[in-house]
Amino acid sequence: MTTKLFGEPVQRVEDAKLVTGTAHFLDDLGHDALGVAFVRSPHAHARLLDIDASGALDVEGLVAVYTYEDLLAADEAEGSSVSHALPLLIPHPCLHAPRTGYALARDKVNHVGEPVVMVVARDRYLAEDAAERVVVTYDFLPPVVGVDNARRAERTVHEDVPDNVAAHMLQQVGDVDSAMAAAPHRLRLDLDIERSASMPMEGKGVLARWDAADGSMRVYSSTQTSTSVRAAVAAKLGLPAGKVECIAPMVGGGFGVKIMHPWPEEVLVPWAARRLDREVKWVEDRREHFVSSAHERGQLQEVEVGYDDAGRVLALDVRFWHDNGAYTPYGVIVPIITSTQLLGPYKPGAYRCEWWSLYTNTVIVTPYRGAGRPQGVYAMERTMDAIAAQLGLDRADVRAHNFITPDEMPYDHGLVFQDGRPLIYDSGDFPASLAKLKALAGWEDTLAMAAAARAEGRRVGVGIACYVEGTGVGPYEGAHVVVETSGKVKVATGLTTQGQGHFTSFAQIAADELGVPLEDVEVVTGDTRRFGYAVGTFASRAAVMSGNAIALASRRVREKALRIAGDALEADPGDLEIVDGSVRVKGSPASSIPLATVAVLSNPLRYAFDEASKAATQFATGDTDGPPIADDEEPGLEGTDYYSPTQATFANGMHVAVVETDPETAEIHVLRYCVVHDCGPLINPMIVEGQVHGGVAQGVGGALYERMEYDENGQLLNASFMDFLMPYASEVPHIEIDHLETRSPLNPLGIKGAGEAGVIPSAAVFAAAIEDAEGIVIRRMPISPSDLFELRRQHVAGDVPSLNRTPQGDGGPT
Amino acid sequence: MTAPEEIEQLHAVRLRVNGVWHDAQVPARRLLSDFLRHDLRLTGTHVGCEHGVCGACTVLVDGKPTRSCLMLAVGARDHEVITVEGLGTPEAMHPVQQAFRECHGLQCGFCTPGFLTTIAAFVEENPDPTEDEAREAISGNLCRCTGYQNIVKSVLRTAEITRDSRSSETSGDQEAAEEARNVSVDHDGRAT
Repeated sequence: MTTKLFGEPVQRVEDAKLVTGTAHFLDDLGHDALGVAFVRSPHAHARLLDIDASGALDVEGLVAVYTYEDLLAADEAEGSSVSHALPLLIPHPCLHAPRTGYALARDKVNHVGEPVVMVVARDRYLAEDAAERVVVTYDFLPPVVGVDNARRAERTVHEDVPDNVAAHMLQQVGDVDSAMAAAPHRLRLDLDIERSASMPMEGKGVLARWDAADGSMRVYSSTQTSTSVRAAVAAKLGLPAGKVECIAPMVGGGFGVKIMHPWPEEVLVPWAARRLDREVKWVEDRREHFVSSAHERGQLQEVEVGYDDAGRVLALDVRFWHDNGAYTPYGVIVPIITSTQLLGPYKPGAYRCEWWSLYTNTVIVTPYRGAGRPQGVYAMERTMDAIAAQLGLDRADVRAHNFITPDEMPYDHGLVFQDGRPLIYDSGDFPASLAKLKALAGWEDTLAMAAAARAEGRRVGVGIACYVEGTGVGPYEGAHVVVETSGKVKVATGLTTQGQGHFTSFAQIAADELGVPLEDVEVVTGDTRRFGYAVGTFASRAAVMSGNAIALASRRVREKALRIAGDALEADPGDLEIVDGSVRVKGSPASSIPLATVAVLSNPLRYAFDEASKAATQFATGDTDGPPIADDEEPGLEGTDYYSPTQATFANGMHVAVVETDPETAEIHVLRYCVVHDCGPLINPMIVEGQVHGGVAQGVGGALYERMEYDENGQLLNASFMDFLMPYASEVPHIEIDHLETRSPLNPLGIKGAGEAGVIPSAAVFAAAIEDAEGIVIRRMPISPSDLFELRRQHVAGDVPSLNRTPQGDGGPT
Repeated sequence: MTAPEEIEQLHAVRLRVNGVWHDAQVPARRLLSDFLRHDLRLTGTHVGCEHGVCGACTVLVDGKPTRSCLMLAVGARDHEVITVEGLGTPEAMHPVQQAFRECHGLQCGFCTPGFLTTIAAFVEENPDPTEDEAREAISGNLCRCTGYQNIVKSVLRTAEITRDSRSSETSGDQEAAEEARNVSVDHDGRAT
């Protein structure tokens, strides 16, 4: 048998190019393209009074200056729709007041950074020179900044949305009011979590090449969804989809921000390329990314919980207010996920969640890795810790008392999930995960160590947090697999890659299914020329969706290979196997035929194009009775298949953090970080662990360093890497990982997604650990040393309560 | 900044990049990063922030890690620049490139060239670093994908591969000697 590759830590096939500088990212293409710069609004909220571009016209190398009026005129002349509002990608009945922006501002700007004027010049330097000379006159309007201001609605973002509420939703299961009233204990928590952002190292970018003779457009975009960008560009430009190609080249990280589409630039750059009949490129700079690409996370939350003496939750009543920024192009996926994934591995007796999604004069909010889950987990886990503190119970025990047990799977929460399907957990063994985590972290010993350290006057604390993550949401992904006459296997799937190692893990799947060596398999993703039907890479769905589609497509190819080889070897296909790229009779390896030859035979030829293909020509093949291609066959050793699940598959994990805070400076040091993760069988453990490492690092950033500092005027004060503090290696702890592999019953490979996992419980676990170290209740994240210093001051002043440590509690002195 | 009606004045520069001398005419404001990427089309050097914080654009100037987004092309006149393309090729990788692949030290790969050049120079200076020193050495470069754990591992592995290849070089193994020469970073390559 060929060695099985599924489950092996295979080195990545894409790395040779990436480490030698020979892979191509967006800005590595189109060196001769015209450059683009945008004049962006410097104001958070203003009416456009006038645009005077006359000063720009003298700039040497200027090619064009476009405003909204140009889009309007072009639409009238060309039948395009680039002047129309950008699409609402995910409508939802609760989104009663959706608003989307325009590719270039029409009459009003609603956040700093909104594009107002597009400048095209010979290169980006000159485009920026010209953009600086465009004078825009604004009538300043008072901005709405922050969730609390939005909710008070003394000012509005959109004048026809007087309460600033874009969406309002209520979901409930059971009778929360009765269960709450009957509960032996009750608690209330007011929680606050601030904005962060995906912040990939490569910003967005678009390169467009118009072929006037062919009437076709090729777009390269640093995107998480090339098929959807293609559809959007075709619709906006009034082109048939078949005349638009979209290719995601190597993409330098996405983390959610690049699933949003079409960004204004994805519409405008192809539009300008067609209009100018020139290759046009725009590459986002870092400041542009801060002020015009999406953010996420900001919410205010109120939790009321009723529970029994064991800490079992009998009633959970949650209300939260979500900051969606200036527009809602991506719908309300983030708050829907918060409200449903908040439940984690637990089964509250009754649950009600009501939320409002609010407009503010800030950058739009669309999913960032975790996509609403970090906020939900923060609410739930802060609640679990508060219950444990109140009852004086071990925090892990309180969680265990609330777990859904393995025999209750599949577990139906009675809610509707983000994909419009029932929220039903398919798999997971939460008690086993917790046992693994406690063993990995040495839970009891670590608690005792922390308590002993505190007894010596140090400030050491331990936190724990659990989550469940719906991964692999539909509607579908597909794959095409072909064995070429060289014997090489080409795999194409439509979703895109931003560093997840798909070229390797997908190749492992195809190689196993087909019985070929890994080095014979080449994977292409995110290229509509190779596979036109796809959704995109988000929601930890790539491995589940495309992984299974590739397995299914490979199985079709395998069956076909066995049928053709069976004819050639005069054997029953059931008696054949494929080993190392050759089809052979089981138990009789001498009787074999290489897949390359099977590929030749699969395509009956009139003309030989090389030595191998002679075997398939009309005088070379033996059978002259039937048609060369049987009625239900197609030429070529290839197959296409799709995977479309009935619902998401649910991965889960549990983290422990141990921190020590400095009694003087309030600096926060992470002493240990432990992760137990269950994403089902691991395709490539090295890659999965890498995903977890990266997620945890983003979680560390989001919990301790990163926040979007908007002032009251809606100016983003820290829009640079100098001021927005992403963690360096010096800030990220060594991460200890263990895996539980419970299979998903929903897909052929039994796998669940892993991409977002690491980041989800971070705000919760660090809040818990710092609270434990300090003995001060924490209700607001992220927390910087300055924040902690201020919190201590407030605590001393009696404005912030102490953590209730009872002798029985895990945090108490031992 | 030039006045709008002026055509930008160009300046002659001669510099050595990856062992090859280049003569070029560039505007004074042309960043070294843009010059390398768009004029020489050495696109392995990436630009992540253009304000010197992320380190993705790090190249070696006379052997020293330097942010090419903070240096003008005219400022590199007569200097020796080594980019990621100059470290090694897919067929003959530098130990740091090999180590990153072995240790899964990269995911999207965008920040990677800056790490590779930084680490190549570091290991020359410190051939046997501790884990703490390895972590410290990369603490000026941002990576959003890996959480750095496997990059730290890659630093240690780079040092190990380099030491192994040099010890076989001193033991007279001609093949290893050849490999080590190909992969070592030239420290005294300043052009004269």
